[in-house]
Amino acid sequence: MINVNVHITLKEGVLDPEGKAIEGSLHNLGYEGIEDVRVGKLINLTFDNSDRIEEKVEEICRKLLANPVIENYTYTIEDGVAK
Amino acid sequence: MRFAVVVFPGSNCDRDMYHAAKDALGEEATLVWYQEESLAGYDAILIPGGFSYGDYLRCGAMASTSPIVRSLREEAENGTPILGVCNGFQILLEAGLLPGALLRNKQLKFLCHYETLIVQNNQTQFTSLYEENEAIQIPIAHGEGNYYCDDETLQQLKRNNQIVFTYQNNPNGSVSDIAGIINEQGNVLGMMPHPERATESILGSEDGLKLFKSMLVNWRDQYAKNA
Repeated sequence: MINVNVHITLKEGVLDPEGKAIEGSLHNLGYEGIEDVRVGKLINLTFDNSDRIEEKVEEICRKLLANPVIENYTYTIEDGVAK
Repeated sequence: MRFAVVVFPGSNCDRDMYHAAKDALGEEATLVWYQEESLAGYDAILIPGGFSYGDYLRCGAMASTSPIVRSLREEAENGTPILGVCNGFQILLEAGLLPGALLRNKQLKFLCHYETLIVQNNQTQFTSLYEENEAIQIPIAHGEGNYYCDDETLQQLKRNNQIVFTYQNNPNGSVSDIAGIINEQGNVLGMMPHPERATESILGSEDGLKLFKSMLVNWRDQYAKNA
């Protein structure tokens, strides 16, 4: 089994009102020194084989998981086979 | 004139759209389920508002992968008039038929009230019966109607006169007060406000009816030309 974690975040310059609201709440709780809060998504995919996996993940991210107009994505691919 | 109203799981303005085309305008309308494969043979296609696929992932993202959207792309290329309202606009953006994206409203609230729109471009087949800069009353009902695009796209939209409607008092943070845009070809219009909910005075405004009437007048002109 291959575990793929896809992280999706809003691009720099794209307003993140949810992040701003969380930042405000953190300030309310008295936390200082927090310059910025951005909210993203984590999507976990499980593959049953590693055939062309990077290519596939890249395509899946571009085609559906992320909207390249407003979002960036990164991913990690881990071989889940017990050693 | 034959209108298709595409229905996705989670669409909730499909009947309003149907009513606008069929009863307020008095033309033919058909509800078309999203798993159908063809939209051929219709004179115009209406993509209604709602919460297709429960807004999972991103508004309109899942719907843009459904079978009917393949046919929608073909019809867009063929020049068939396509109107996407609210979630319909989100679907057109996610399908890449219009540029940009919609973000959450800047104040994170669902907004549901009348807005004054300014008709920026009345040289389209959707707006030809409006005056230029006419102020019209159209209701909005959305949580993610904050239109976003990068500077380059914005300049392009302005240069090509693709911004069709703007808000007089920007309610949601949209770039350049944008409420609705059209594609370069001039046959795909997407907008967040709901013209189909403003087609009879009993509903509070008739200002949206002119949009459907414009479509009808232009379709008749085309029909007469091709006859």
